Amino acid sequence: MADLTTDFLGIKSPNPFWLASAPPTDKEYNVRRAFEAGWGGVVWKTLGAEGPPVVNVNGPRYGVIHGADRRVLGLNNIELITDRSLEVNLEEITRVKRDYPDRAMIVSIMVPCEEQAWKDILPKVEATGADGIELNFGCPHGMSERGMGAAVGQVPEYIEMVTRWCKQYYSKPVIVKLTPNITDVRLPAAAAQRGGADAVSLINTINSIISVNLDSMSPEPSIDGKGSHGGYCGPAVKPIAMSMVSEIARAPETAGLPISGIGGVTTWRDAAEYITLGCGNVQVCTAAMTYGFKVVQEMISGLSQWMDEKGHTTIQDFMGAAIPNTTDWKNLNLNYIAKAEINQDDCISCGRCYAACEDTSHQAIAMSDDRTFTVIDSECVACNLCVEVCPVENCITMVEQEKGTVDLRTGKTVSADYANWTTHPNNPGVAAE
Amino acid sequence: MTSQMISGIAADRLSSHKLKENFTDLHAPLQPHEVKVAADRCYFCHDAPCVTACPTDIDIPLFIRQISTGTPEAAAKTIFDMNILGGMCARVCPTEDLCEQACVREMAEGKPVEIGRLQRHATDTLMMQDVHPYSRAASTGKKVAVVGGGPAGLSCAHRLAVLGTDVTIYDARPKAGGLNEYGIAAYKSTNEFAAKEVEWLLSIGGITIENNKALGKDINLDDLGHDFDAVFLGVGLGGVNALDIGGCDKLGVSDAVAFIEILRQTSDLSTIPIGRNVVVIGGGMTAIDAAVQSKLLGAEQVTIVYRRGREAMSASRYEQDLAAKHGVKLMFNVQPKRLHGNGAVAMLELEYTADKNGNLEATGETLHLSADQVFTAIGQTLKTNASLTLEGPKIAVNSAGLTSRAGVWAGGDCASSGDDLTVTAVAEGRDAAMDIHKTLMKGA
Repeated sequence: MADLTTDFLGIKSPNPFWLASAPPTDKEYNVRRAFEAGWGGVVWKTLGAEGPPVVNVNGPRYGVIHGADRRVLGLNNIELITDRSLEVNLEEITRVKRDYPDRAMIVSIMVPCEEQAWKDILPKVEATGADGIELNFGCPHGMSERGMGAAVGQVPEYIEMVTRWCKQYYSKPVIVKLTPNITDVRLPAAAAQRGGADAVSLINTINSIISVNLDSMSPEPSIDGKGSHGGYCGPAVKPIAMSMVSEIARAPETAGLPISGIGGVTTWRDAAEYITLGCGNVQVCTAAMTYGFKVVQEMISGLSQWMDEKGHTTIQDFMGAAIPNTTDWKNLNLNYIAKAEINQDDCISCGRCYAACEDTSHQAIAMSDDRTFTVIDSECVACNLCVEVCPVENCITMVEQEKGTVDLRTGKTVSADYANWTTHPNNPGVAAE
Repeated sequence: MTSQMISGIAADRLSSHKLKENFTDLHAPLQPHEVKVAADRCYFCHDAPCVTACPTDIDIPLFIRQISTGTPEAAAKTIFDMNILGGMCARVCPTEDLCEQACVREMAEGKPVEIGRLQRHATDTLMMQDVHPYSRAASTGKKVAVVGGGPAGLSCAHRLAVLGTDVTIYDARPKAGGLNEYGIAAYKSTNEFAAKEVEWLLSIGGITIENNKALGKDINLDDLGHDFDAVFLGVGLGGVNALDIGGCDKLGVSDAVAFIEILRQTSDLSTIPIGRNVVVIGGGMTAIDAAVQSKLLGAEQVTIVYRRGREAMSASRYEQDLAAKHGVKLMFNVQPKRLHGNGAVAMLELEYTADKNGNLEATGETLHLSADQVFTAIGQTLKTNASLTLEGPKIAVNSAGLTSRAGVWAGGDCASSGDDLTVTAVAEGRDAAMDIHKTLMKGA
């Protein structure tokens, strides 16, 4: 039986599934329910400075991209940080952590970019007994207009500065949550590291307008006829988040910096993928908001089963396992030749591969009068489009061409040697040397 | 007092409440969310097999995609462009033998995209808005007579009207619609759908209907040829084949077509008398419709007897199963031999048959079925040939629907090209209209 226990920055949790700082972790009531359901940890919904709390809109906060069966594919929100008083939150955090000592309790914080503000709040948070803090440098709406959240996360110097204050005034681990609304995520990650961050977590939500109401001409969710951009999350953002995670994991400067992966984790498989890209754990929000806290049970059982099947006894066994295989395009082997192959027994003759290839790709699929579809090897560039548009999983596969055989498209013998763009004769960089 | 156990033929076997329940829509319309899920299942196939299988060539993947994007009105237009009676066809087409049989998901998982129900969603949506999506082209100055206001005739008339030609429809019945109005099981066309569809179709304008005008009786081809620039015959098969065995004259023996018609035209189902033990002779859709509706009216035992094997039955397997689901017993390889009874029929004597080298032979073994009502559904025939050349039992036509007589086209069940399907009749009416238009416009 696989051991799902994780030790992230010395913070132990029974499994790598944490709830992200978000509406599900705004209150004692919710967090207790989450822990009862089996979540390994929570990042408490972002606390603001002492004083009158922020206010939220009183109209809709969420908007969703749905699949045909109302499956939630992407979620957009315009909710701000906690709109409850700091004192109440701190009391609740204290109680919950006391009652669930085996679960991770991280407190998310967002106060103005002034040293005193951080100096004021950090001792109070420390007093709760929580295991660490997460700096919300990612919230892309509302708070960013006030110089907080993503407005800080977009300026590496600020990240470094605030992180340093936190390390100075707080004794436990500091996690810096990064915004994806930047051009190169490696810069803010490196800044966090320079400031002394123990870890980064990413991604926060992506600037988004989920839809426009074509009757009222207002973006949704609409508040009295006006809409504001929100933050996008859910399954749709996972590829973006994983790419950013991989960049931080691969960059020499930040390699080895612990990462908490966030963005569209919905199943055990999503979590496993994040972990292979170097994450020590994952944070979840949309899946819980869609299905309720019980969804963690599938994540736990699924990850456990897969680890058993693969012979992994701990999370550590496969953490970062995909990083060595994540590389730049220029390093890809250009002598690797594949061709699409259609399994005629599985084919249901829908012709989608044909339409896609004929209209938008390489005219490499032939269609007979009786609707038999076959790959034309002399045209196929192995682009994979047919594989992906085929409604039958594994009906079309990419088959590696054996070394020493002739690629009918180029007329060249498939070489067993590895050769990439850096040495390719068409590369002007090579010719110049 | 309603009772199912009254002997002989009697009305009022079931409560009006039960009757109403029995005769509601066979397939309820899809609900909005079902529509989205059903539409999402379409793969938008290239050169889609469902389109090939549709006699009217409706662009099915396109209309389903239009539904899925929230524009069922545009979907309806895609349907009506090819099949102006797409609303009725969505209800009565044997989709299990046509588009849905060809659907790649039928092959893949035995569950085709629900094309028929999606088509109904689209067409119902537009028709309920009470708008007509077509307007007429400038007048051609031509006029065409359409004989028969059934699916073929209506389709032909509408297309000609759109093209700018005025049309007069002559129909032998008091109401237009043909089999849609008189010949389809009541639970397939509820809420007067057939009549409403005709009304909607006619709102294009330029079409006049003359009811109670039968070919060979009230009108003839010579006069029509004189008064109009072209004639289209969509007269259907108005006659029924008679059963030729002893005892056919007994009370309680009638043809199923008439029974179905009475059911469709009544305003009170409880007044329709039905036997306690009903036997339907035949193997087509008419037999199924008569048998199922007998059961729904409250007959205790309903049996379909068919002289050949199940595979030879022209009613689809789906329809056979529908009958079985309603408690109708299907008997194969039995042929009627004699009707017994003292004045009224009481017993049907049948003889088993066997296939001997492709020929059907009686085996000599007989059986008797209690029957206080017998419906015959053994085929329909052309009522008049109007002096046109026939091909087999039907009016001979070429691929464009032209008959042996210049200026006279034909389509639907009466024409040699037909296959006794509403949807085929619509296609033939439409195509004949296009050929008529081309012919009349030659040199114009």
